[in-house]
Amino acid sequence: MKSLITNINKVFESRVRLGIMSALSVNEKLDFNSLKELLDLTDGNLASHIKALEKEEFILVEKKFVGKKPKTSYKITKFGLIEFKKHLNALENLIKNQL
Amino acid sequence: MRYKALLISKKDMSTENNKHLENLSEIRSIMERSSSFLSLSGLSGIFAGIAALAGAAFAYWYAYIYNARNIVNKHIRYYELTDSVLIVLVIDAIIVLIIALFAGYYFTHRNAKRKGLKLWDTTAKNTLSSLAIPLITGGIFSLILIVQGSGYLVSATTLIFYGLALLNASKYTLKEVKYLGIFEITLGLVATSLIGYGLFFWAFGFGVLHIVYGILMYVRYEKNEVKG
Repeated sequence: MKSLITNINKVFESRVRLGIMSALSVNEKLDFNSLKELLDLTDGNLASHIKALEKEEFILVEKKFVGKKPKTSYKITKFGLIEFKKHLNALENLIKNQL
Repeated sequence: MRYKALLISKKDMSTENNKHLENLSEIRSIMERSSSFLSLSGLSGIFAGIAALAGAAFAYWYAYIYNARNIVNKHIRYYELTDSVLIVLVIDAIIVLIIALFAGYYFTHRNAKRKGLKLWDTTAKNTLSSLAIPLITGGIFSLILIVQGSGYLVSATTLIFYGLALLNASKYTLKEVKYLGIFEITLGLVATSLIGYGLFFWAFGFGVLHIVYGILMYVRYEKNEVKG
Protein backbone atom coordinates (compact mmCIF):
# COMPACT_ATOMS: atom_id res chain seq x y z
CA MET A 1 0.00 0.00 0.00
CA LYS A 2 2.73 2.38 0.94
CA SER A 3 4.32 2.29 -2.49
CA LEU A 4 1.09 3.52 -4.02
CA ILE A 5 0.83 6.60 -1.85
CA THR A 6 4.45 7.66 -1.99
CA ASN A 7 4.00 9.51 -5.26
CA ILE A 8 0.88 11.37 -4.18
CA ASN A 9 2.14 14.87 -3.71
CA LYS A 10 0.80 16.83 -0.76
CA VAL A 11 1.24 20.09 -2.61
CA PHE A 12 -1.30 18.98 -5.19
CA GLU A 13 -4.00 18.15 -2.71
CA SER A 14 -5.74 21.43 -3.39
CA ARG A 15 -8.00 21.45 -6.40
CA VAL A 16 -6.91 24.95 -7.33
CA ARG A 17 -3.27 23.90 -7.48
CA LEU A 18 -4.15 20.87 -9.55
CA GLY A 19 -6.08 23.17 -11.87
CA ILE A 20 -3.16 25.57 -12.25
CA MET A 21 -0.76 22.72 -12.97
CA SER A 22 -3.17 21.13 -15.47
CA ALA A 23 -3.52 24.35 -17.42
CA LEU A 24 0.21 25.11 -17.39
CA SER A 25 1.15 21.57 -18.39
CA VAL A 26 -0.53 21.98 -21.78
CA ASN A 27 0.27 25.66 -22.40
CA GLU A 28 3.67 27.19 -22.96
CA LYS A 29 2.66 30.03 -20.65
CA LEU A 30 -0.48 31.68 -19.33
CA ASP A 31 -1.01 35.09 -17.80
CA PHE A 32 -2.72 35.79 -14.50
CA ASN A 33 -6.04 36.82 -16.00
CA SER A 34 -6.28 33.83 -18.33
CA LEU A 35 -5.71 31.50 -15.39
CA LYS A 36 -8.20 33.40 -13.30
CA GLU A 37 -10.91 33.15 -15.95
CA LEU A 38 -10.13 29.56 -16.79
CA LEU A 39 -10.35 28.35 -13.21
CA ASP A 40 -13.00 30.84 -12.17
CA LEU A 41 -11.13 32.15 -9.12
CA THR A 42 -10.72 35.40 -7.24
CA ASP A 43 -7.45 37.33 -7.46
CA GLY A 44 -6.46 36.58 -3.89
CA ASN A 45 -7.23 32.90 -4.06
CA LEU A 46 -5.27 32.38 -7.27
CA ALA A 47 -2.34 34.47 -6.04
CA SER A 48 -1.93 32.48 -2.83
CA HIS A 49 -1.90 29.14 -4.63
CA ILE A 50 0.49 30.45 -7.24
CA LYS A 51 2.81 31.51 -4.46
CA ALA A 52 2.75 28.04 -2.97
CA LEU A 53 3.56 26.41 -6.31
CA GLU A 54 6.28 28.95 -6.97
CA LYS A 55 7.85 28.21 -3.61
CA GLU A 56 8.04 24.53 -4.54
CA GLU A 57 9.66 25.59 -7.83
CA PHE A 58 6.91 23.87 -9.79
CA ILE A 59 6.15 27.03 -11.72
CA LEU A 60 8.10 30.02 -12.94
CA VAL A 61 6.94 33.62 -12.80
CA GLU A 62 7.73 35.91 -15.69
CA LYS A 63 7.13 39.62 -15.30
CA LYS A 64 7.37 42.08 -18.12
CA PHE A 65 5.92 45.38 -19.19
CA VAL A 66 3.54 45.68 -22.10
CA GLY A 67 3.67 49.41 -22.67
CA LYS A 68 3.25 50.74 -19.16
CA LYS A 69 1.19 47.85 -17.85
CA PRO A 70 2.93 45.06 -15.99
CA LYS A 71 2.04 41.63 -17.27
CA THR A 72 2.72 38.52 -15.27
CA SER A 73 2.81 35.11 -16.91
CA TYR A 74 3.43 31.69 -15.50
CA LYS A 75 5.26 28.71 -16.88
CA ILE A 76 5.57 25.18 -15.60
CA THR A 77 9.15 24.11 -14.75
CA LYS A 78 10.63 20.82 -15.89
CA PHE A 79 10.67 19.69 -12.30
CA GLY A 80 7.04 20.77 -11.88
CA LEU A 81 5.96 18.85 -14.95
CA ILE A 82 7.71 15.69 -13.75
CA GLU A 83 6.15 15.97 -10.31
CA PHE A 84 2.73 16.67 -11.79
CA LYS A 85 2.95 13.62 -14.05
CA LYS A 86 4.09 11.47 -11.14
CA HIS A 87 1.09 12.68 -9.18
CA LEU A 88 -1.30 11.91 -12.04
CA ASN A 89 0.12 8.41 -12.46
CA ALA A 90 -0.18 7.82 -8.73
CA LEU A 91 -3.81 8.95 -8.79
CA GLU A 92 -4.52 6.62 -11.68
CA ASN A 93 -2.84 3.71 -9.96
CA LEU A 94 -4.75 4.34 -6.77
CA ILE A 95 -8.02 4.22 -8.63
CA LYS A 96 -7.08 1.15 -10.66
CA ASN A 97 -6.02 -0.75 -7.58
CA GLN A 98 -9.10 0.04 -5.57
CA LEU A 99 -11.87 -0.44 -8.08
CA MET B 1 -10.00 -4.07 16.88
CA ARG B 2 -7.87 -4.67 13.88
CA TYR B 3 -10.95 -5.65 11.96
CA LYS B 4 -12.71 -2.41 12.75
CA ALA B 5 -9.80 -0.36 11.65
CA LEU B 6 -9.75 -2.17 8.37
CA LEU B 7 -13.44 -1.48 7.78
CA ILE B 8 -13.11 2.20 8.42
CA SER B 9 -10.19 2.54 6.14
CA LYS B 10 -12.06 0.73 3.38
CA LYS B 11 -14.96 3.13 3.62
CA ASP B 12 -12.63 6.10 3.65
CA MET B 13 -10.89 4.72 0.64
CA SER B 14 -13.99 4.58 -1.51
CA THR B 15 -14.84 8.23 -0.86
CA GLU B 16 -11.19 9.05 -1.41
CA ASN B 17 -11.45 7.17 -4.64
CA ASN B 18 -14.37 9.24 -5.86
CA LYS B 19 -12.43 12.35 -5.01
CA HIS B 20 -9.48 11.15 -7.09
CA LEU B 21 -11.76 10.29 -9.99
CA GLU B 22 -13.32 13.72 -9.84
CA ASN B 23 -9.89 15.31 -9.72
CA LEU B 24 -8.75 13.38 -12.76
CA SER B 25 -11.76 14.30 -14.86
CA GLU B 26 -11.41 17.92 -13.82
CA ILE B 27 -7.73 17.90 -14.81
CA ARG B 28 -8.68 16.52 -18.20
CA SER B 29 -11.32 19.15 -18.76
CA ILE B 30 -8.99 22.00 -17.75
CA MET B 31 -6.27 20.72 -20.06
CA GLU B 32 -8.73 20.59 -22.94
CA ARG B 33 -10.38 23.94 -22.26
CA SER B 34 -7.10 25.76 -21.73
CA SER B 35 -5.37 24.45 -24.83
CA SER B 36 -8.05 24.19 -27.50
CA PHE B 37 -10.48 26.64 -28.94
CA LEU B 38 -13.56 24.44 -28.63
CA SER B 39 -16.25 26.98 -29.42
CA LEU B 40 -15.69 26.84 -33.17
CA SER B 41 -19.12 25.99 -34.55
CA GLY B 42 -19.88 23.66 -37.44
CA LEU B 43 -22.71 25.98 -38.44
CA SER B 44 -20.19 28.70 -39.31
CA GLY B 45 -18.61 26.25 -41.75
CA ILE B 46 -21.97 25.48 -43.35
CA PHE B 47 -22.90 29.15 -43.79
CA ALA B 48 -19.44 30.13 -45.02
CA GLY B 49 -19.71 27.31 -47.55
CA ILE B 50 -23.13 28.46 -48.75
CA ALA B 51 -21.83 32.03 -49.10
CA ALA B 52 -18.86 30.76 -51.11
CA LEU B 53 -21.09 28.72 -53.43
CA ALA B 54 -23.40 31.68 -53.98
CA GLY B 55 -20.41 33.93 -54.65
CA ALA B 56 -18.93 31.41 -57.09
CA ALA B 57 -22.27 31.02 -58.86
CA PHE B 58 -22.48 34.78 -59.26
CA ALA B 59 -18.90 34.92 -60.53
CA TYR B 60 -19.62 32.18 -63.03
CA TRP B 61 -22.75 33.92 -64.28
CA TYR B 62 -21.07 37.30 -64.46
CA ALA B 63 -17.90 36.17 -66.19
CA TYR B 64 -19.05 33.36 -68.45
CA ILE B 65 -22.64 34.30 -69.25
CA TYR B 66 -23.09 38.04 -68.76
CA ASN B 67 -19.67 38.80 -70.24
CA ALA B 68 -19.57 35.79 -72.54
CA ARG B 69 -17.82 37.78 -75.24
CA ASN B 70 -14.64 37.65 -73.12
CA ILE B 71 -14.32 33.92 -73.66
CA VAL B 72 -11.56 33.75 -76.22
CA ASN B 73 -11.56 30.05 -76.84
CA LYS B 74 -14.22 27.79 -75.40
CA HIS B 75 -12.20 24.60 -75.68
CA ILE B 76 -9.23 25.58 -73.59
CA ARG B 77 -11.39 27.86 -71.44
CA TYR B 78 -9.01 30.72 -71.87
CA TYR B 79 -10.64 33.75 -70.43
CA GLU B 80 -9.74 37.35 -71.12
CA LEU B 81 -10.12 39.07 -67.77
CA THR B 82 -10.88 42.73 -68.36
CA ASP B 83 -10.40 45.29 -65.59
CA SER B 84 -14.13 45.84 -65.16
CA VAL B 85 -14.83 42.11 -64.78
CA LEU B 86 -11.89 41.78 -62.40
CA ILE B 87 -13.20 44.57 -60.17
CA VAL B 88 -16.65 42.96 -59.95
CA LEU B 89 -15.11 39.57 -59.12
CA VAL B 90 -12.89 41.07 -56.42
CA ILE B 91 -15.91 42.83 -54.87
CA ASP B 92 -17.83 39.54 -55.08
CA ALA B 93 -15.01 37.76 -53.24
CA ILE B 94 -14.85 40.45 -50.56
CA ILE B 95 -18.61 40.20 -49.95
CA VAL B 96 -18.29 36.41 -49.60
CA LEU B 97 -15.42 36.87 -47.16
CA ILE B 98 -17.40 39.36 -45.04
CA ILE B 99 -20.47 37.08 -44.91
CA ALA B 100 -18.29 34.09 -44.04
CA LEU B 101 -16.49 35.98 -41.26
CA PHE B 102 -19.76 37.29 -39.89
CA ALA B 103 -21.32 33.80 -39.90
CA GLY B 104 -18.16 32.43 -38.30
CA TYR B 105 -18.28 34.99 -35.54
CA TYR B 106 -22.02 34.73 -34.96
CA PHE B 107 -22.29 30.94 -34.65
CA THR B 108 -19.05 30.56 -32.73
CA HIS B 109 -20.17 33.24 -30.30
CA ARG B 110 -23.49 31.39 -29.86
CA ASN B 111 -21.68 28.11 -29.34
CA ALA B 112 -19.33 29.60 -26.73
CA LYS B 113 -22.29 31.03 -24.84
CA ARG B 114 -24.07 27.69 -24.86
CA LYS B 115 -20.98 25.89 -23.58
CA GLY B 116 -20.40 28.56 -20.96
CA LEU B 117 -16.97 29.34 -22.38
CA LYS B 118 -15.37 32.70 -22.94
CA LEU B 119 -15.18 33.52 -26.64
CA TRP B 120 -12.09 35.66 -26.47
CA ASP B 121 -9.52 33.68 -24.48
CA THR B 122 -5.93 32.61 -25.02
CA THR B 123 -6.95 29.70 -27.25
CA ALA B 124 -9.05 31.99 -29.47
CA LYS B 125 -6.11 34.38 -29.77
CA ASN B 126 -3.74 31.53 -30.63
CA THR B 127 -6.14 30.12 -33.20
CA LEU B 128 -6.70 33.47 -34.85
CA SER B 129 -3.05 34.51 -34.98
CA SER B 130 -1.95 31.14 -36.36
CA LEU B 131 -4.65 31.45 -39.04
CA ALA B 132 -3.86 35.05 -39.86
CA ILE B 133 -0.19 34.81 -40.79
CA PRO B 134 -0.50 32.22 -43.61
CA LEU B 135 -3.78 33.79 -44.76
CA ILE B 136 -2.39 37.31 -45.08
CA THR B 137 0.72 35.93 -46.79
CA GLY B 138 -1.51 34.08 -49.26
CA GLY B 139 -3.63 37.18 -49.84
CA ILE B 140 -0.63 39.36 -50.62
CA PHE B 141 0.86 36.64 -52.81
CA SER B 142 -2.42 36.38 -54.75
CA LEU B 143 -2.48 40.14 -55.34
CA ILE B 144 1.07 39.97 -56.65
CA LEU B 145 0.05 37.15 -59.01
CA ILE B 146 -2.83 39.26 -60.36
CA VAL B 147 -0.63 42.32 -60.83
CA GLN B 148 2.01 40.26 -62.61
CA GLY B 149 -0.52 38.72 -64.95
CA SER B 150 -0.57 35.24 -63.44
CA GLY B 151 -4.15 35.57 -62.21
CA TYR B 152 -4.97 32.04 -63.36
CA LEU B 153 -3.02 30.74 -60.36
CA VAL B 154 -4.99 32.74 -57.81
CA SER B 155 -7.63 30.10 -57.14
CA ALA B 156 -5.00 27.43 -56.45
CA THR B 157 -2.94 29.85 -54.37
CA THR B 158 -5.84 30.85 -52.11
CA LEU B 159 -6.72 27.18 -51.56
CA ILE B 160 -3.14 26.21 -50.71
CA PHE B 161 -2.55 29.08 -48.31
CA TYR B 162 -5.95 28.63 -46.70
CA GLY B 163 -5.14 24.94 -46.19
CA LEU B 164 -1.78 25.82 -44.62
CA ALA B 165 -3.52 28.34 -42.35
CA LEU B 166 -5.98 25.69 -41.18
CA LEU B 167 -3.21 23.18 -40.63
CA ASN B 168 -1.34 25.73 -38.56
CA ALA B 169 -4.40 26.68 -36.48
CA SER B 170 -5.46 23.08 -35.88
CA LYS B 171 -2.95 22.87 -33.02
CA TYR B 172 -5.17 25.19 -31.05
CA THR B 173 -8.65 24.09 -32.02
CA LEU B 174 -10.71 21.06 -33.00
CA LYS B 175 -8.36 18.40 -34.39
CA GLU B 176 -10.56 17.86 -37.44
CA VAL B 177 -9.54 21.26 -38.78
CA LYS B 178 -6.25 19.61 -39.69
CA TYR B 179 -7.92 17.27 -42.18
CA LEU B 180 -9.90 20.10 -43.74
CA GLY B 181 -6.55 21.88 -44.18
CA ILE B 182 -4.94 18.88 -45.85
CA PHE B 183 -7.90 18.55 -48.24
CA GLU B 184 -7.67 22.24 -49.18
CA ILE B 185 -3.92 22.01 -49.84
CA THR B 186 -4.36 18.90 -52.02
CA LEU B 187 -7.19 20.54 -53.93
CA GLY B 188 -5.06 23.65 -54.47
CA LEU B 189 -2.15 21.61 -55.80
CA VAL B 190 -4.42 19.74 -58.21
CA ALA B 191 -5.90 23.07 -59.32
CA THR B 192 -2.46 24.32 -60.39
CA SER B 193 -2.38 21.72 -63.15
CA LEU B 194 -5.93 22.24 -64.34
CA ILE B 195 -5.77 25.88 -65.37
CA GLY B 196 -9.11 27.30 -66.43
CA TYR B 197 -11.15 25.43 -63.88
CA GLY B 198 -10.08 27.69 -61.04
CA LEU B 199 -13.59 28.80 -60.23
CA PHE B 200 -14.78 25.20 -59.87
CA PHE B 201 -11.91 24.25 -57.59
CA TRP B 202 -12.51 27.39 -55.62
CA ALA B 203 -16.23 26.62 -55.28
CA PHE B 204 -15.46 23.05 -54.27
CA GLY B 205 -12.76 23.99 -51.73
CA PHE B 206 -14.44 26.96 -50.10
CA GLY B 207 -18.04 25.88 -50.71
CA VAL B 208 -18.55 22.13 -50.72
CA LEU B 209 -15.71 21.22 -48.34
CA HIS B 210 -16.84 23.83 -45.79
CA ILE B 211 -20.41 22.58 -45.90
CA VAL B 212 -19.38 18.92 -45.54
CA TYR B 213 -16.95 19.78 -42.74
CA GLY B 214 -19.54 21.99 -41.03
CA ILE B 215 -22.21 19.28 -41.08
CA LEU B 216 -19.76 16.66 -39.73
CA MET B 217 -18.66 18.95 -36.89
CA TYR B 218 -22.20 19.97 -36.08
CA VAL B 219 -23.35 16.36 -35.86
CA ARG B 220 -20.32 15.32 -33.84
CA TYR B 221 -20.09 18.12 -31.32
CA GLU B 222 -23.20 20.28 -31.24
CA LYS B 223 -26.34 18.42 -32.18
CA ASN B 224 -26.73 16.70 -28.83
CA GLU B 225 -26.10 19.85 -26.89
CA VAL B 226 -28.85 21.67 -28.74
CA LYS B 227 -31.31 18.93 -27.92
CA GLY B 228 -30.15 18.49 -24.34
